[in-house]
Parts: sequence; C-alpha cells; structure tokens
Amino acid sequence: MDRFIEDKTNKVSVRLKGKEEKIDFNELKSGGFIKQRQKDLFTVRLRCPGGRLTTRKLIELAKIADKYSKKGVVHLSFRQSLEILYVDYRDFDALVEDLSKIGHSVASCGPRVRVPTACGGCEYNPNGLTDTQRLAEMVDEKFFGTPTYHKFKISFSGCPIDCARTREMDLGFQGVVEPEWDEETCTGCTICAEACKEDAIQSDPDTGKPIYDPKKCIYCGDCIRACPTESWKAKRYGHLVRIGGKHGRHPREADEVANFIPDEKVGEVIEKTLEWYKTNGKRGERLGKTIERVGIESYLKFMEPVFKTGSPVG
Amino acid sequence: MTEIKPDDTLDLRGVVCPLNFVKTKLKLEEMETGKVLEVILDSGEPIQNVPKSVKEEGHRIIEVKREGEYFRLKIQKGGL
Repeated sequence: MDRFIEDKTNKVSVRLKGKEEKIDFNELKSGGFIKQRQKDLFTVRLRCPGGRLTTRKLIELAKIADKYSKKGVVHLSFRQSLEILYVDYRDFDALVEDLSKIGHSVASCGPRVRVPTACGGCEYNPNGLTDTQRLAEMVDEKFFGTPTYHKFKISFSGCPIDCARTREMDLGFQGVVEPEWDEETCTGCTICAEACKEDAIQSDPDTGKPIYDPKKCIYCGDCIRACPTESWKAKRYGHLVRIGGKHGRHPREADEVANFIPDEKVGEVIEKTLEWYKTNGKRGERLGKTIERVGIESYLKFMEPVFKTGSPVG
Repeated sequence: MTEIKPDDTLDLRGVVCPLNFVKTKLKLEEMETGKVLEVILDSGEPIQNVPKSVKEEGHRIIEVKREGEYFRLKIQKGGL
C-alpha cells in the first residue's frame, strides 16, 4: 500500500508528563482522536465493528468513559461506534492503556479503511440473509486502518431493506437469496404472491400457483419465509456488491457490480478493489470519483476473476 | 379433500400488525400441541407478516384459503 500517501505536518509542541513532546494533531486524527471546539479537548472514537459490544465490555467502557470524559458524556457515532467526548489530550496515553487492559482500541479517521458497519444480520433478525456481524468482524481484523487515497467505508446489510446503507459506501455488501420453487408440494395458496412486495410473483388465476418474474425479484426471501409448505426454498445465498457510493455534501449512489458473491469471496473482493483503487486512484480522490474518471469497465475487467464466482447484476 | 376442523377461531380482520400476530401467538399458547387454530387475516401487510412469524415460532400452517379480500389460515400448534 506504499502508493497511498499519508497526511503529514501539523506538529505541535506540548508538555507531557513534565517534559516537552511533539504531538502530531493530524496523526491523532488518523488514530481516532478528533479535535473539539474546546481548548485541549478531544473526542475519542472507539473501535466497534458492526456496532456490537458485549455487555461486559460496555460496563468496562462506561467506567473508562466516566473516568476520562470531562463532561461525563459519550456519543453514538453515525458509524456505530462509541465516542468518548471531552477528553483532555494529556490523558491520551493513560486512556489508551486503560482500553488495552480490557482488550479494546481506538478507531480511525482520515484516508484509510474505516471500521466496517453492519446490521444485526441473520443471527437474530428474521429478515437477515447473511451473517453481517461475523463478516464485519473479519473485515475489521483484516483491513482496518489500511491506508488509501481518501476515506474508505465498508458496510454489510443482511437483506435488501439495506439498513446499513450499502448504496452510500465505498464498498457495500448486501445480503440476497435466490428463491427456487417446487411445483409438487405447492398447494396454490397464493400467500407468496401476497407476501411479495415487488410484484415479482403473480398467482395463476386457475391454480393459484406462482408465476415468477426474476427481473422484478430483489432476492429478499419474503416468499420463502411466507410459504406454508416450504415449496419456495433458498437456492443460494450471497452478496450484492455495490461500489463507489458516498454521502456527505455531494452524495453519490453506488454502482451495483456483482450479485450472489459468496461469503468466502468477500475478503478477496475488498482486497482486489483496494488494489484497483491503488493503481488507478489518486491522492484525495474518493473511489466513486476514480470510477467516474477511469471508467467502470476497467474496474469490472480487473475484478472479473472474483466476480465470476457470483452472477452479473440484473 | 376433507376440510380440517379447527379447535378454535380468531377473526383478526381489521387488527393491525403486530397485534394480529401477538393475539395469534397468545391463543396458540393456550392450546395443546397438535390442535388447530383458524385465523382470518386481511390481505396486504397482515398476510405478508403473520404466516412467516407463525412459522418462525415453530407452528405449521396446514391450510390457506383465500376468500376475497381476506385469508383463512389453519395453524397447527407445534411442539415446543
């Protein structure tokens, strides 16, 4: 990743533990320490992939936050992490040490791969099709902090409702399931046609049996869950991959680039996307901009070996 | 095919989600395993949601009949 250039400069002299030391305020930001309006005070963003914490961890974090926040407040960030507000920079070392004692660390900001976000996923959410939490954890372990040309946000949604807003991410993975119908066991009860919110299933007026239009299907699995006789089954699960999205001042909706990518290929999709970005992007340019400047064909061609493990979009 | 005779009936027409499911669930809890509950549900949201929730709770939907704007479902209580 040596072609990605880190921010430099902005060193400030401070007195730490009685001796003169230099603190790089930009470097601090890259480490999840964010300057506040108030003199000497910072927000410290913690690393919480998928926004999930054990209750034990939360209790310990609450104690640490209570100890270091000058105002006794935390904030839940838009990317699901816990932020300790009003922390004096002179307490950084002690805070980081206290965090490491409970096996926790600080998140990142700046031009690098951020902590991934995720919905609850298939573990407990009835709509969930993919194990978003496990994948977020894997991605955090493998890619967190990787330097890039601009911020790089990844998210996982377990189903097409897309609570994790994969359309606004540099790289988004949204769960999908392909339904398969068994005529033998179908009783023509018409529940599936009622359950389908996309009009992808019509009931035959004579038999009540489904007439399925894959072009309208968004692969949510509502038909599978509603079917009383298990005549609709899951043929395969996977991820719809979206790239180049962002929110902010000038939002850009991500491009859909591959469908039904299996779990075990998610890491490879990220790795290769970062590789393409590294070769084709430039400093300060978000992935979506690079896609627009260089052309999506270049990206798709580069990704072909991994994307062919799924299906084309549409 | 002979009609399955229900042991109890709930008319849930006009009852909104998720109240219709909660009422179904509570009624099923009073019943013995293997007994059959008939519920009448509106089309639209109720029929989109209630059957899948009932299945997730481990019960079986053994008959579905469409009657105009509503559905008549027969649910067999599952062993818990």
